[in-house]
Amino acid sequence: MIARLLLLLLFSLPAWAQETLPDPQQEARAVTLGEELRCVVCQSESINDSQADMARDMRLLVREKISQGWTDQQILTFARTRYGDFILLKPPLQSNTYLLWGLPLLFLGVAGVMIWPLFRKRKE
Amino acid sequence: MIITLGHFAVSLALLLSLAQSIIPLFGASQNNIKKIQIGRGLALANFVLVATGFFALMYAHVTDDFSVVNVAMNSHSTKPLLYKITGTWASHEGSMMLWVLILTLFGALIALVPRDMPLVLRARALAVQGMTGVGFLAFILFTSDPFIRIFPAPTDGQDLNPLLQDPGLAFHPPGLYMGYVGFSSVFSLAAALLMTRDIDAKWAKYLRVWVLLSWGFLTFGITMGSWWAYYELGWGGWWFWDPVENAALMPWLSGTALLHSVIASARRGALLRWTLLLSVITFSLSLLGTFLVRSGILTSVHTFAVDPERGVFVLALLGIATGGALILYAARAHQLPEGTLFAPISREGGLLINNLFICTACATLVTGTLYPLLLDALGGGTVSVGAPYFNATMVPLLLPVLFIMGFAPFLKWNKGDVRNALANMKLAALLMLTAIAAGLYAYGNHHIIGFIALGAGGWVVGASITDAWRNRDALFANAPRLLGHLGIGIAVIGMAGSVYNQENAFTMQVGDARDVSGYHITFDALADVQGENYLAQRGTFTVIRGDDNVTLYPEWRFYPVQAMPLSHVALRPDAMRDLYLALGEEQEDGKKKTHAVRFQIHPLAPWIWIGGVITALGGFAGVAQSFKKKWI
Repeated sequence: MIARLLLLLLFSLPAWAQETLPDPQQEARAVTLGEELRCVVCQSESINDSQADMARDMRLLVREKISQGWTDQQILTFARTRYGDFILLKPPLQSNTYLLWGLPLLFLGVAGVMIWPLFRKRKE
Repeated sequence: MIITLGHFAVSLALLLSLAQSIIPLFGASQNNIKKIQIGRGLALANFVLVATGFFALMYAHVTDDFSVVNVAMNSHSTKPLLYKITGTWASHEGSMMLWVLILTLFGALIALVPRDMPLVLRARALAVQGMTGVGFLAFILFTSDPFIRIFPAPTDGQDLNPLLQDPGLAFHPPGLYMGYVGFSSVFSLAAALLMTRDIDAKWAKYLRVWVLLSWGFLTFGITMGSWWAYYELGWGGWWFWDPVENAALMPWLSGTALLHSVIASARRGALLRWTLLLSVITFSLSLLGTFLVRSGILTSVHTFAVDPERGVFVLALLGIATGGALILYAARAHQLPEGTLFAPISREGGLLINNLFICTACATLVTGTLYPLLLDALGGGTVSVGAPYFNATMVPLLLPVLFIMGFAPFLKWNKGDVRNALANMKLAALLMLTAIAAGLYAYGNHHIIGFIALGAGGWVVGASITDAWRNRDALFANAPRLLGHLGIGIAVIGMAGSVYNQENAFTMQVGDARDVSGYHITFDALADVQGENYLAQRGTFTVIRGDDNVTLYPEWRFYPVQAMPLSHVALRPDAMRDLYLALGEEQEDGKKKTHAVRFQIHPLAPWIWIGGVITALGGFAGVAQSFKKKWI
């Protein structure tokens, strides 16, 4: 259903070309930032991938801020204060995400210790 | 009449599955061959019954029987025949029918092959397969009945979402389900091994062919899904870390770990417990995937809470199957044979270290996919876990796997020699450096991850070629490893290319020419075309770079029944890149009629899917070996 809605919006926006910043370095920053910001009305797409109006507005906003001289961190903080943690596709490390970020390392460590006894001791 | 017959057949299958879950169990414990044979007959009968139901539903779809709600909701008389056939499994109810069809197919296969399987093992595996069948047949009949009729029948149907009206629907879901659900056979056999006393450590060989078969199909299904998303969804990505994609990747990762440990168990009698645990986990992850995709929980935790019937049902099945198997494992694991130990530097050692990384990656994927749902459900706040999280965690976890998978095949079983193995890595090192140098030359020195991936792909491809040369007299005997590893190496090179994608979007009108990313594009003509059930504007574009001159025909389609537009992209793949051109809807811009155009260059992209298919062939080669050994 959502995909269908998105498709209705697909290409209904003629001004794609105007989104791109003239300076390639600034544009590259905008693309990288766009990967990290979620289109908040979509299911699980970044603002770069989404065809929704909302995502386009966000893309334009990011570029506007970049051309005003904002740093990447400032833009992410701005988006976060406006829309909450939900907008960050890479969740910040904080009390409710310690587990999310810690679990891979924890798993690697615990499983590593657990498989150790399977190796034959050198002397045998 | 036929649809009623189908409904009856599926209802009867539920009853017979119940018998299949009980009778062979008694047969095994009483050593009663007659009861075991009854179990085999029941498994075959259940397959025939479910197939009857499935083909009855397909018949209703093909003959436009709109008195069946499922057909009325998902079909239309003008829909092309191919999509009437594939439309059988395009809806929730239909896809669950496909799920159970494959489940009972694997049940029937366990009943028949391999011929030398110990009777008690076969009996218990059939019973467990029957239990899964009971759960999912009940799920279909009580929550997702595809045979419900409507009276009076509507004059025509509501048609199928045009996105699904694509040949991809013929390959992707059946391939994916053959893998996903195929792992039920591995689960059943692992449970049967756990129920059987005094087993030989090498009995894991009875798991091998089922793992290879399911894994081969799962690899194929995921590859087809990725390709379909790439060209049909119209925005040119091949992997989005979308929860639905993750749901298929989870059992693939644990299945990959299982594939390797089952080899160590079958050949060397090592790692039997680990193999059995992974067998249980892999099918549990298939069930978790089914839950995530079928419950609607991904759209929102809240919509799930509003209409929880289906979700709770699958969740209960997941809990019973996983919980039951894990309890069985906990009760029996310590009685299993110890298995042989091995040196850290050995073939088994390499397999195990890679298993460690692959399982960690799998656990990370499960965590990342479920975390936002659980956190929200527990009131811990709303966070998003998307591509940047998975790239940051999965890539570092899987890169060592690529390094080790090139190296480990040159280590001997039990105890290997590093120096000896390193001597075989010359071509791998050469291709790694060549790939990095070629990348630097073609794309400049930005995006370090691109070079790392190119180098890793070159390393694996080089190692596979060396491995094949070393085994040139026994290619068939080593085919699963050779094809599997080569395919992964090739796919990784293709994936590396996507770091250097060039995406351009602009507007054009007929007659315009434009220079983009080194290509000269001309919009030559625009024509109205009438498809079988859609109208389209077809653009003719000439794309020129140097001597390379191609004509591309992207379409902007409109499906009147669903009033839905769809962009049909034009692709031109070659060895180095894929050119990708999408045409947008016509815009009135003053007096001019312009079109949004998206032109993308995807370096090396075709190799992603070629590599995926080669990898899948590795799994099938292993199945062919079992055939040849007259196992079957």
